[in-house]
Amino acid sequence: MQVQLKVNGKASTLDLAPNTLLVQALREHLQLTGTHVGCDTAQCGACTVLLNGRAVKSCNMLAAQANGAEITTIEGLAAADGTLHPMQAAFKECHGLQCGFCTPGMVLSAIDLCKQHPKATEAEIRELLEGNLCRCTGYHNIVRAVQQGAAAMAA
Amino acid sequence: MGASDFANLPHIGESVRRKEDYRFLTGGGQYTDDVNLAHQRYAVFVRSPHAHAVIKSVDVTKAEAMPGVAKVFTGKDVEGKMGGLPCGWLIHSIDGSPMKEPPHPVLAQGKVRYVGDHVAVVVADTIEQAKNAAEAVEVDYDVLPAAVDVRDAPKGTALHDAAPDNCCYRWALGDKAQTDAAFAKAAHVTKLDLINNRLIPNAIEPRAAIGSYNRATDEYTLYVANQNPHVERLLMTAFVLSLPEHKVRVIAPDVGGGFGSKIYLYAEDVAVTWAAKQLNCSIKWTAERNESFVSDAHGRDHVSHAEMAMDKDGKFLALRVHTDANLGAYLSTFGSSVPTYLYGTLLAGQYATPQIYVEVDAWFTNTAPVDAYRGAGRPEASYLIERLVTRCGWELGLSQDEIRRRNFITSFPYQTPVALQYDTGDFPACLDQANKLADVAGFDARRKASEAKGLKRGIGYSSYIEACGLAPSNIAGALGARAGLFECGEVRVHPTGSVTVFTGSHSHGQGHETSFAQLVAARLGISVDAVEVVHGDTGRIPFGMGTYGSRSLSVGGSAIMKALDKIEAKAKKIAAHLMEASDADIEFTNGEFKVKGTDKKIPFGQVALTAYVPHNYPLDKLEPGLDETAFYDPTNFTYPGGTHICEVEIDPATGRTRVDRFAAVDDFGTIVNPMIVEGQVHGGLTQGIGQALLENCVYDRETGQLLTGSFMDYAMPHADDLPDFKLGHVCTPCTHNPIGSKGCGEAGAIGSPPAVINAVLDALRPLGVKDFDMPASPARVWDAIQSAKP
Repeated sequence: MQVQLKVNGKASTLDLAPNTLLVQALREHLQLTGTHVGCDTAQCGACTVLLNGRAVKSCNMLAAQANGAEITTIEGLAAADGTLHPMQAAFKECHGLQCGFCTPGMVLSAIDLCKQHPKATEAEIRELLEGNLCRCTGYHNIVRAVQQGAAAMAA
Repeated sequence: MGASDFANLPHIGESVRRKEDYRFLTGGGQYTDDVNLAHQRYAVFVRSPHAHAVIKSVDVTKAEAMPGVAKVFTGKDVEGKMGGLPCGWLIHSIDGSPMKEPPHPVLAQGKVRYVGDHVAVVVADTIEQAKNAAEAVEVDYDVLPAAVDVRDAPKGTALHDAAPDNCCYRWALGDKAQTDAAFAKAAHVTKLDLINNRLIPNAIEPRAAIGSYNRATDEYTLYVANQNPHVERLLMTAFVLSLPEHKVRVIAPDVGGGFGSKIYLYAEDVAVTWAAKQLNCSIKWTAERNESFVSDAHGRDHVSHAEMAMDKDGKFLALRVHTDANLGAYLSTFGSSVPTYLYGTLLAGQYATPQIYVEVDAWFTNTAPVDAYRGAGRPEASYLIERLVTRCGWELGLSQDEIRRRNFITSFPYQTPVALQYDTGDFPACLDQANKLADVAGFDARRKASEAKGLKRGIGYSSYIEACGLAPSNIAGALGARAGLFECGEVRVHPTGSVTVFTGSHSHGQGHETSFAQLVAARLGISVDAVEVVHGDTGRIPFGMGTYGSRSLSVGGSAIMKALDKIEAKAKKIAAHLMEASDADIEFTNGEFKVKGTDKKIPFGQVALTAYVPHNYPLDKLEPGLDETAFYDPTNFTYPGGTHICEVEIDPATGRTRVDRFAAVDDFGTIVNPMIVEGQVHGGLTQGIGQALLENCVYDRETGQLLTGSFMDYAMPHADDLPDFKLGHVCTPCTHNPIGSKGCGEAGAIGSPPAVINAVLDALRPLGVKDFDMPASPARVWDAIQSAKP
């Protein structure tokens, strides 16, 4: 079946098997390998992308369900000249990543989190990060990065 | 260059932001599953659904006839064509006999021994085709009784012919007679039974491997999510596939976390490499999370009984320990060394206990193999001692602080009764700082405030020590290690003065591209950006032992320092020639070569250029080029240590335990990049607190089915499970490496579990709860409170 996606500002028409997951469409058909797969059960959030601006787990929906949608993956966040998005920059500055595997999903979740809850407290950020697992950082610096990124996005 | 000179160099101790972050933050990282090769097919493993069964037959006829299927390989296909997976450490039992070392076949031979054991591998054009065909492989099993709990192993059905009683070895360390004599004279003996719960490492990147074969050159390439590519190649070529190493290149690209679980040579890695030649193609396998749960090496799983003999003042006289260690169904790469050399040798802890005797019985069970997981043996030792010491204090009416202070080792070097010699440390200083950081003085007021809300509050101490940078090779060899424990570093100075460093260490989140670059930049007086660090590829790096046991900076960094010594010595000769001075008169500081006592100087870059454009060069005495390699074999372990203090608040109505405060003061020796070190501590603490409160690998005791087989059943720590950590540092530099560093990667996971459980017990003691095993999940805590009621 044909699925139309606008990914990182670029429109594509993909010819996919009906059971193709959105994450497969991104990784295998569009070679956007920044979106990662870390679990089978939609717990880890490594596959998080923005779908029409909202964070979704791309391993947990069919590509067909995203037909016509605008998708932002981690590859589409930085400016055209390579300048990092304020949330990406905050993760770097706060050492909010180690192995980097959960990072794309974490950054995209954080962006949605800040848009929905621009004044979230530390405790609320911890609660709102419930859908993303990180095994390296202990979340400590991720929470700081989200706070700093939120401030930079609001500025 | 000595450790004190090194620590004073510019940029050492600066939190330089990580060079590797840009690619990780923009989707530019390349993990194994991101790699795709030409002529690539996909592998899916047929795994045992039973914990213990005889394979009566495997029928692949239907599967091989399915669309896209190239081949289904079974145990029969590999029998006699390859060796089994080797174990890297030979342990001898107390009677002198070698450990039982049953074969660990790449694909099961006649029997399966745990849920997830490898029965067959299907190779097909697409992953869907391979999965569908795997479903069609017909295996006829004759199910046998399973033993999964280590306490059931002695009377269980034998897993291996080579070990009829399921015992792998009965090991001991220390002087039994002297220890027993000390117990006979003791004024008080404190006893404790405890379980160190089995854990599943769960790096967020699942394991993956792509085997590739080129018939034209008879060469193999293996991309694999692995922590030590040279060791992977060595074990696979020398022990399993009998291939010359120069025909096999192992590349471990960006790796999404390891925590020990990616040290080992796994069946999947061998299978895709071997099958690639059989089918003359590339074969990719990526674990799904459910496969990771059943087939990654697990961690911990000890059942112990400990006793401490004391005099009337609470001074330790002797420690006696018996541990039953669960090795799982097969010996994993370092599985045998974890409960012995990485556990028994650490049982002195931070205390001057004159006599220690430890016995470890290691057992085969119908569970996934157990091997080193973050801390590897030291968390088990630290948990046992620190729980026991706190109990000693409580039984004698001494505070957790006081019982520790009375027994701390205060003079170094200190030879423990269990083989190790600690070089440096300042245990009271760590304890003092931790008391301040944790605001122990304010604890009583906080407890009263909790009680006013109907909640219980407790405080727990843990003063741990660990041994990092496993060493030295000759001693380790005498103790049964089958590999060297050195590291290799190559420093290649380019003509224009930038530098590429090739390290045998491997970074899978630890930030080596930054901290190693800092080290080299500081030594050469150049910018961090002028240094590139290459790791993870046997095709580019001379040799390496990889990253585990917090060895990267202390061992890997020291190898680079040795190569830099050679670079500096050669560069001084070139500089002497250029400035027409004697070699002995040249000094090198801040990136400049100077002639002592004169104002003559030239920068490092000019010397580098001269080495590669040798028009004015002492060609009669020196070779052109500035490229040196060094191997460093440490003379001792390093001994990071510290004190962690945890405060928990428990709701007795629900059993919910919340870590309210956590203070950790660690001594890692010299710190190159504090930001990276603190990040390592945060991660370690979270894994340790995870073990104490949440994580538990549970097999059904009857059937051997893994009950915690997904993130829905295995409780991983989330952001809201953790408090804001307070970290402090004490620095007593390591005396025997040129950096003075001790290692920091595992400290958090080692120090924190006993601090948490001591805090839980402190909170629950007034309710009559005397003992508690991890994890302190709400149900278990609630249950403990209910059972303690009269």
